[in-house]
Amino acid sequence: MTLGTFRYERPSSLDEAIRQAVEAPGARWLAGGMSLLPLMKMELAAPPALVDLAGVEDLVGVRERDDVLWVGAMTRHAELALHPLVARHASLLAAAASQVGDPQVRNRGTIGGSLAHADPAADLPAAVLALDATIQVASPRGRRGIPAGGFFLGPLMTALEPDEVIVAVTVPQRGARRQAYRKRPHPASGYAVVGIAASLRWEGDRVASAAVAVTGVADHAFRAQRTEALLTGEVLTDALLVEASGVVTDGQEVWGDLYASAEYRRHLAGVTTRQVLEHLRADG
Amino acid sequence: MMDPSNNHHAVTLTVNGQTRTESLPPNLLLSEYLRDHLRLTGTHVGCDTSQCGACTVLVDGAAVKSCTVLVVQLPGTTIETVEGLGRPDQLHPVQEAFREAHALQCGFCTPGVLMTAVALLNGDPHPTDAEIRRGLDGIICRCTGYENIVAAVTRAGNGMAAAQEVG
Repeated sequence: MTLGTFRYERPSSLDEAIRQAVEAPGARWLAGGMSLLPLMKMELAAPPALVDLAGVEDLVGVRERDDVLWVGAMTRHAELALHPLVARHASLLAAAASQVGDPQVRNRGTIGGSLAHADPAADLPAAVLALDATIQVASPRGRRGIPAGGFFLGPLMTALEPDEVIVAVTVPQRGARRQAYRKRPHPASGYAVVGIAASLRWEGDRVASAAVAVTGVADHAFRAQRTEALLTGEVLTDALLVEASGVVTDGQEVWGDLYASAEYRRHLAGVTTRQVLEHLRADG
Repeated sequence: MMDPSNNHHAVTLTVNGQTRTESLPPNLLLSEYLRDHLRLTGTHVGCDTSQCGACTVLVDGAAVKSCTVLVVQLPGTTIETVEGLGRPDQLHPVQEAFREAHALQCGFCTPGVLMTAVALLNGDPHPTDAEIRRGLDGIICRCTGYENIVAAVTRAGNGMAAAQEVG
């Protein structure tokens, strides 16, 4: 399957990358290529130019900066899964990254690429939502941060402007939280039929604050606000656990497909949420 | 005149120990480069949609599906294909273990399975069965049912570890 022709640029700085994209209307950013290249092979995308971000130093690395964890957009899933700073400050992000696709995909795919692609069943959108992360982007107009909560708009649709490129994902450091990501993957594709990311801050045996995010269930990943509201400030009893899990898809249009009906997905989301909350209650 | 929409790039790659610099078009996939330019046809293309893993090769030691990466994305890298593993009269421990454990039938996926297994065992020569299955998640074999593949990878890991101790 030979690809159609396109122009290819390999800039070595962010400024150069942005300039090259401006000069080639319709250009797409190329990160790991694990989503874009299959789309091009299937002729679902035919960009006239690719601007490869692999040589841009500004997008590489994981570090602590002030009170945030800074994860460069070109950080590959395999690195994210094993990075000690990610394990310490955002363990659910590492857990989610370790479950993306398969080893070959994790060796090439990047956090920036995955978030920009915004597959409704991808793992990392749930992770960045549950972590209250910010997507840091750059364009010819300068830089801005897009809160994860406002980033995912629909299937393969994000708040990115066409000329914006993801530079990094920043995760706020707000003290100890118990975190988990649990996925029910489709056995062939590995995509989430349901994926639940949760981060709970505890005060004694009470949940001081709760972030619960869901992927694979609706046309984009979302925060389960009713579940979070029920949990906040409460002791996580068995009864509350069942109640809070049961409303995890409330207010969402749950979708059904060949693999899982809407009814099944809704049920599985509740069960998986209950398991994640039980784990976070027992853990520590 | 060079097509401005398919601008060639000079790419230096080391493939199975040989370093070359070539001017290549951006739409050339690594699988196409290996098979059609270098005639290294041991790397098989199965699904061509990055699902089956038959085309897996090592890029700087990491398993990568060569049907889903452009050669121009890989300047300065080291590529290893199944041709670089062993020779018919001197098989790599992983190849030897696959032969002994009957871990292949039609053999189409085998080059990709071998390279994936080598990457896995280079990281940890003694993976558990569960770790092997997780490590081979990116390959599909339609013949063996995987039992013999898992057994072969275990056997190969023991062989590689023994060879290192001797070696």
